[in-house]
Order: sequence, then C-alpha cells, then structure tokens
Amino acid sequence: MAVSILNRVMGVGLATVGMAALVWWLVAAATGKEAYETFMGCATSWPGYVVGVGLTFTFFLHLCAGLRHFVLDLGAGFELQANRAWAWGTLIGAVLLTGLTWLLILWKGI
Amino acid sequence: MGSGTGLGRVRGLGSARSGSHHWWLQRVTALGNVVLVLWFLFSLLRLPSLGYEGVINWIHSPLTAVPLALMVINVCWHFRLGLQVVIEDYVHGGMRVISLGLLHLWTFGAGGFALYSILKIAFAGTPA
Repeated sequence: MAVSILNRVMGVGLATVGMAALVWWLVAAATGKEAYETFMGCATSWPGYVVGVGLTFTFFLHLCAGLRHFVLDLGAGFELQANRAWAWGTLIGAVLLTGLTWLLILWKGI
Repeated sequence: MGSGTGLGRVRGLGSARSGSHHWWLQRVTALGNVVLVLWFLFSLLRLPSLGYEGVINWIHSPLTAVPLALMVINVCWHFRLGLQVVIEDYVHGGMRVISLGLLHLWTFGAGGFALYSILKIAFAGTPA
C-alpha cells in the first residue's frame, strides 16, 4: 500500500524534476560548450549531487516498484507475507542499486 | 444530467471504454522504459567522461541518437499517462482542467525541446 503510493509520488518526481534535468542537459549540449559547462557546473555542485542522488534513487524505486506491479498484474504475490516481502524488497533493491551506481560514479570520477 | 446522487448520475452511461487501453499502454510504455532508461544509464556510466566533446560525439552516433529519441518519446508518453491518472484521482473541479492542460503543455514542450536537441546534435558536425 505505502510502496504503491510512494511509486506514484516517485513517478511525479521523475516526470517533473527528472525530465527537467534531462531536457536541460540535452538543450545545453545542443547549444554549445559554454552552456554545457554551465550545466555540468551545477550538476557537480553540492545541490547538484543531492538532486542527482535523489533522482537515481527515485528512478530505481520507481523501476523496482513498477516491476513489482507487473508481478501483481499477473495475479501473483497477493498473499500477505509475499506482498510485504516484495514491498520491502523494492525499497532495499532501490537503495542497493543507487549505492552501486554512485560507487561506480565515484570510482570512475565524472 | 440529473442532480441526483453520484450513482444516479452515472447509472446507465457505461464506462468511457478507454480505461483498459489507457491501462495497457501504461504497461507497454513501462516495459519500454525498463529497456531504454537502463540502456541510457549504463551508457552514461560506460562513457569515459561526461565532458562536452565526449557526450556530443556519443549522441552524434545514430546508435545513440535513435534510442535516445525513442527514450524521450517513451518517457513522455509514460508520464503523460501516469500523471493524468494521478491528477484525476486527487485534483477536482477547475483545478483538474488546469492541471491536465499544464501536463499536456509540459509533455509536448519538454519532449519537443529534448527531441530537437538530440536531432540537432545528430545532424550537425561534431566538435574537433
């Protein structure tokens, strides 16, 4: 239940903040080097990293919760225990995937 | 339209007959997003750097530009369907009409800018 509502909130976040970031990145790249450097400057500032980590986590949570909904759509996983386990699984999965992604980014450097 | 109860007003009207199609498209675009957005994320992580030249050269390739454009279309389609349901569930009256209008504007506005930018990089020459 809570994960289902969270999935909606995450969807709204991705559609607004996530889409805005993607559009800014693409328009900056199409505009020229200076505009792109401005974007990268913002993206690699502290607030930029907070938004970046937030968006990564939001994406992975929306992904995991979406996959959970695919299973539920098939009519499976409605038993109380299984349902609860899957709900926790999406949260833990999203945290792990976000951590893994940012470890890769830090390890490589931007 | 009578002024009776909510049930009385809708009785006999039937459904709008587009709900299951909406629901189905939401799932189809979701599956598309699983593939396309994960591809996008993996590709970004695999790029040697996110510097200007590298990113422009990457988007310039047809093997990037086409899936990237498809991702933008699919993402816009998916959030257009999803946010419509969220708005219809939680926003009522005049605000609902305004919200749905803004959602439409955002979908096509943001999508248009993103697609144009991808195509411009794809068709223009790459920096030396």
